[in-house]
Amino acid sequence: MKRHASIAMLGVLFSGILAACGAPTGGTTAATSAPATAATSAPSTAATAAPATAATMAPSTDATAAPSAGGSGEVIKIVSSLPRTGSSKGQTDTIVNAIQQRLAEANNQVCDGQFTLEYEDMDDATAAAGKWDAAQEASNANSAAADEDVMVYIGTFNSGAAQISIPILNQAGLVMISPANTYPGLTKPGKGDEGEPEKYFPTGKPNYTRVVPADDLQGAAAANFAQSIDITKVYILDDTELYGKGIADVFEATATEIGIEVVGRDSIDGKAADYRALAAKILDAAPDMVYYGGITQNNAGQLWKDIRGEGFEGAMMGPDGIAETAFLEAAGDAAEGTYTTFGGLPGDQLEGAGAEWYASYTAEFGTVEPYTSYGYEAANVAIAAIESVCQKDRAAILDAVFATKDFEGILGTWSFDENGDTSLTAMSVSQVKGDAFEFIEVTE
Amino acid sequence: MASEAVGSNFQKRVIPWRTIARVALVVFFVLFLAVPLFNILVQMVTNPQLLLRQLLIGLTNGAYIALIALGYTLVYGIVELINFAHGEVYMIGAFFSLTLVGLFSLSDETPYATRIPLMLLILVLTMLATALLNAAIERFAYRRLRNAPRLAPLISAIGVSFVLQNVGLLWGYLRFPAFNGVMGSNAVAPKSYPQLIPNDNLLAPLEGVFGEAFRLRFTTKDLVVIVVSATLLIALYTFVQRTKIGKAMRATAQDRDASALMGIDVNRTITLAFLLGGALAGAAGMLVGMYNGTVVYTLGFTAGLRSFTAAVLGGIGNILGAMLGGLLIGLISALSDQYISTEWTNAVVFGILVIILVLRPNGLLGEDVQQKA
Repeated sequence: MKRHASIAMLGVLFSGILAACGAPTGGTTAATSAPATAATSAPSTAATAAPATAATMAPSTDATAAPSAGGSGEVIKIVSSLPRTGSSKGQTDTIVNAIQQRLAEANNQVCDGQFTLEYEDMDDATAAAGKWDAAQEASNANSAAADEDVMVYIGTFNSGAAQISIPILNQAGLVMISPANTYPGLTKPGKGDEGEPEKYFPTGKPNYTRVVPADDLQGAAAANFAQSIDITKVYILDDTELYGKGIADVFEATATEIGIEVVGRDSIDGKAADYRALAAKILDAAPDMVYYGGITQNNAGQLWKDIRGEGFEGAMMGPDGIAETAFLEAAGDAAEGTYTTFGGLPGDQLEGAGAEWYASYTAEFGTVEPYTSYGYEAANVAIAAIESVCQKDRAAILDAVFATKDFEGILGTWSFDENGDTSLTAMSVSQVKGDAFEFIEVTE
Repeated sequence: MASEAVGSNFQKRVIPWRTIARVALVVFFVLFLAVPLFNILVQMVTNPQLLLRQLLIGLTNGAYIALIALGYTLVYGIVELINFAHGEVYMIGAFFSLTLVGLFSLSDETPYATRIPLMLLILVLTMLATALLNAAIERFAYRRLRNAPRLAPLISAIGVSFVLQNVGLLWGYLRFPAFNGVMGSNAVAPKSYPQLIPNDNLLAPLEGVFGEAFRLRFTTKDLVVIVVSATLLIALYTFVQRTKIGKAMRATAQDRDASALMGIDVNRTITLAFLLGGALAGAAGMLVGMYNGTVVYTLGFTAGLRSFTAAVLGGIGNILGAMLGGLLIGLISALSDQYISTEWTNAVVFGILVIILVLRPNGLLGEDVQQKA
């Protein structure tokens, strides 16, 4: 009888362990099986074979598992490292789709078939954290650095994660193209903390670029917009992360400069059960607007519910970190009327080549999230750089990416400056209406 | 004290821990509490409404923290085991009740005539489910380790808590049409709990009496949380103090062997403690789900930490202590959020815990329980 009980207990423990492992891998297989079907138009099977083995993430197994490059020459690998588990998955699914879409358009070939492109979709989030995880991002960066076929690293999604992987990839001489990092200090001297961005580049030569404008522009645009809708008193919150605190600081500085009174500033604990006491404190300070610098995954939904539940009737605003469907779901009715800024244009506002891309993306995959087009553009600029050098050489490709000038992509015609920042500056403001974000205006 | 047993030659080398603790206490008090306490006194005069509102928030949060803390204390009192899985039982309770809410397709538009009976039914079912879950945990994970070294059941408890956390994670995948979409579209993301209790201000009529300046809030939600928590707390206290089975529980807590000799079925009594603790956790899960409006699989960890702290603060093993500890933690958190800073709330709560444990190692109402090896 006692033995039975112990066996049963072991069974429970094992099922628990399986559950623990099952959740993240389940997510990964789901993520990779979708792209596999998306890329069926490609002539080479190598491209679809690679993502299937990607889940192991060990460079050595990848090297042995992907020899099927066939007669189409050498393999160049592009990897992406994005939070693929947790509520960011909704948005990163669309980014991965867009990258796959761009690769499929190139038939997974560059330089007239001299190289075959392979793509690996890495996950920098863990189920336990529910969002990006520093250890996971470091492990992704290390495995990409060690894999000699990897020539381009698309990522990261969260600025805090970029802080971890930039130094690792810098020493490997591997170029990074981020579709979504907006913390200014990653590229701009004097806009972040002391020693930024030099401290991220141990070799002294930058390897980090981003196709999205940084928060020194976005935070300022948000404050300017607030002034334009007659906000005079604002309460500022942040989620203590590099990204969230960074943009809240910029917002605060700009607001003070243009004469909006900052009636309070608090950092929230992203794991707290509720924010009711904070909400009462905010109401007492009587602001016209609450600005939250942070991401959905740090409990933004609960924050919104508690502030609205306490009877706050003013405006609420947040940056691109909450401009995603996951936020609407987490906050429910409390999200109604929320303003969000975004360092770029929503997909449906793009013109020319962008509008064509939007039509073909929605036809193939359905709705877009704010960063979908930036995922496409990151892959776009990567392929263009590889095409321009036609060498399997990290240093050459790195230089080619930084040399991007007057690039005609789907976001418009733009260039990278010497820091790796895009020359684009258009910002957009949207508002939650019903169950969707509705575009309001473009600000510069 | 080990230091006193050491020979007098070594007296001078002994580190004066008590003095260090007292100095640390004074420093902590001056750094963290003196200014806010002064602030609170000033606010009492200048902005009494805000202070009152924060006290009400603290009271409501404290009420449900106390409910969870009771589960820790009941179990610890009887088997001297910190049931780390308790927070997770509470989380499962929240998920279970949310699933039933979806199954019965309750929403904020369901008429009260059907909504209230169904909510009560869900409450009872949830309490039943978590009570059985907690008892099952005891049966399979702790009972065989009852006479093992004390670390063994503790590790086992941590193991169970991981298992349950992953069950909560997998629960998010239960997106069956029958559940009416309560699980959202993403398994890992927080789930939205429909607002079944209205959030209207019960004190609104007073606004007519006192005019515009009156802004105090006390909502139906707050009232329901306090009433349900208080009812359950009183019921439990009466049960343990006044009934024969309660007497058996207290006897088992005092001396397991002697009570077995007196004809008390120790196994049954322990199971009962787990059943009661689980039921309270389930009730708290449903209450907090409705109160905060969000359910997520990591819910148990943070709530468990707070409630365990509350139980220790009040004196673990002591039922009144758990209630007092819960209320204190709720009040301190609310006041710290308001008058210090939300970033420092955890530091303040645990700082106060350290001070109280230095001065009263058994907690506020803790008795001198003999240490069992």
